Amino acid sequence: MAYDYTPYPFVPPKGLSETEPRHPVVIVGAGPIGLSMAIDLAQRGIASVVLDDNNVVSVGSRAICWAKRTLEIFDRLGVGERMLAKGVTWKVGRNFHGEDEVFSFDLLPEDGHKYPAFINLQQYYVEEYLIQTALEFPELIDLRFKNRVTAHEDRDDHVLLTIETPDGSYTLEADWYIACDGAGSATRERMGLTFEGQTFEEQFLIADIEMKDSPFGEASVPERWFWFDPPFHAGKSALLHMQPDNIYRIDLQLDVDADGKAEAQEDKVIPRIKAIVGDKPFRLDWVSVYKFRCIKLDRFVHNRVVFVGDSAHVVSPFGARGGNGGVQDVDNLGWKLAAVISGQADTALIETYHEERSHGSAENILNSSRATNFMTPKTPAEALFRSEALRLAHDQPFARKLLNSGRLSLPCSLEGFALQTDGAAQVAPGHAMLDAPLTGPDGDTWLIEKAQGAFTLVGFGDVHLPDLAGLPRIGINQRADYPCYTATHGHAIRRYGSDIAYMFRPDGHVCAVFRNPTAEDVQAAIDTAMGRALETEA
Amino acid sequence: MTKIYPDRLSPQQDDFYNALMDAHAGLSDTQSHALNARLVLLMANQIGNLEILKDLMETGRSYCDE
Ligand SMILES: Cc1cc2nc3c(=O)[nH]c(=O)nc-3n(C[C@H](O)[C@H](O)[C@H](O)COP(=O)(O)OP(=O)(O)OC[C@H]3O[C@@H](n4cnc5c(N)ncnc54)[C@H](O)[C@@H]3O)c2cc1C
Repeated sequence: MAYDYTPYPFVPPKGLSETEPRHPVVIVGAGPIGLSMAIDLAQRGIASVVLDDNNVVSVGSRAICWAKRTLEIFDRLGVGERMLAKGVTWKVGRNFHGEDEVFSFDLLPEDGHKYPAFINLQQYYVEEYLIQTALEFPELIDLRFKNRVTAHEDRDDHVLLTIETPDGSYTLEADWYIACDGAGSATRERMGLTFEGQTFEEQFLIADIEMKDSPFGEASVPERWFWFDPPFHAGKSALLHMQPDNIYRIDLQLDVDADGKAEAQEDKVIPRIKAIVGDKPFRLDWVSVYKFRCIKLDRFVHNRVVFVGDSAHVVSPFGARGGNGGVQDVDNLGWKLAAVISGQADTALIETYHEERSHGSAENILNSSRATNFMTPKTPAEALFRSEALRLAHDQPFARKLLNSGRLSLPCSLEGFALQTDGAAQVAPGHAMLDAPLTGPDGDTWLIEKAQGAFTLVGFGDVHLPDLAGLPRIGINQRADYPCYTATHGHAIRRYGSDIAYMFRPDGHVCAVFRNPTAEDVQAAIDTAMGRALETEA
Repeated sequence: MTKIYPDRLSPQQDDFYNALMDAHAGLSDTQSHALNARLVLLMANQIGNLEILKDLMETGRSYCDE
């Protein structure tokens, strides 16, 4: 069944009839990133107004691959478990070259993680779940549909926005303007910020089809099929994977000079799909043709305007880093913004959002560009190396690894950035939390449920954790006067080592490690992570 | 005979592949062909073991289309 796009109601905002008091945060755009941002802030008690020019969730499935780390963040935001329950966890990947299957692999999940490597779920579901969660914070999240931001003005210590609604226009003042207005960000354009990078000439056709019989054949295991140079589409690439509700996504590379509009017409699309799935009946659900760019802004922070998600960076979809990268932006910015707004940190902390996420986004762009380059060889030499790599990949393990149809989105490491305190450990400072199952007085749980959202000191094995006001502590495989858990099947100890304490930032990145933590050392690490050391340097 | 070689490139395989493509960027077909020959000679010298080199040639050759 086709997804039911229920429109959300337009409620005339107060600002149309009276001047609203200045808001701490206005979020422009209620895509996955703007919505996640609002929920993250609300969980920290920070109120925001979310403005969106539209009144329905994402039209078309768009982002469908949600990576493990993103799901762990979504778990904290309250939508992870729903996504996992609804989403498709694919098990087998097959790579084809021409007629032949080059190799296949089982995506066996590593034991002892709450979430799998990734799931497939249409963006409209993700947005629907996020909106429902946002509506659970009526005091803190003021979600306004059919509110289009048409102008904004930087007034040094705040931003003035002009907003158009079906009932007329009004203005709002905000201490912070969070631009989550997507790849075509009008905010970015108004500010005249250059947004340049690699634009790929190739166009891709993306189609969702609904099909009762799996195109993957008898075994109804969710698979992912990737073709280099398929027999039905010579010289190009094609991808087929599965979403919930019997929807399948097909990505087809088109000619450089193809007429995008004509290619999106049913009479063109249907035969192309039949060539892939055969004569099994299907219904065309959504079609889109587009070109890829791999671009990011030079600076994500411009005084009181902060760019988050696609407004700050866009990537080609191979490797699924668009949506996933944006959610990590939110994870990074949320606690920092809350700390600045509540007066616990100086605005310099916001600058570290730019440093850390610009680095993450550069890594995503590098990976996505390489995958796209591999899939679309530009010269005879590139085509030659690729076809020989494919040939060797039939039996040479190293050559399989060279084949690149998108590298799994992994969280970037923040090692070496200013907020981390140097130290040596199995999970070095800067790295994102590795999940592990725990057993406690209230039954089974996960590390990601216990140590995300706030600074948390976690002791593994024989190490005593000092008591600091307001700092949650957790012990694993130890006994103490703070909550203690057992490392189920030893996973936590295997992943983190023993007799060592880790300090996790609110976004789950390790910011310091200690063999013998003293209250002074731990406080110093928190001060560093809160950017207090930055001020003295300045 | 085709020998199966253990993977020694990962986790840097993408960096390597990208550097190789960069090395070829902007060259004509003939120049690319010549570069490949030079690279084989240079790599052979680095490997420096005739036994291994012969095995590699045999394995490479075994993938030729009939
Ligand atoms: C065709 C297509 C296919 C894609 N496939 C994938 C994929 O397979 N995997 C993947 O990871 N990513 C994919 N992406 C990218 C992914 O959808 C984005 O990375 C993700 O949506 C970014 O979220 P966002 O919230 O930053 O922006 P968006 O989702 O674009 O949301 C921006 C929001 O801002 C609103 N807005 C814009 N201007 C204004 C304004 N002036 N005033 C008020 N509101 C405004 C818009 O209505 C929209 O709701 C795809 C994108 C497209 C277009």
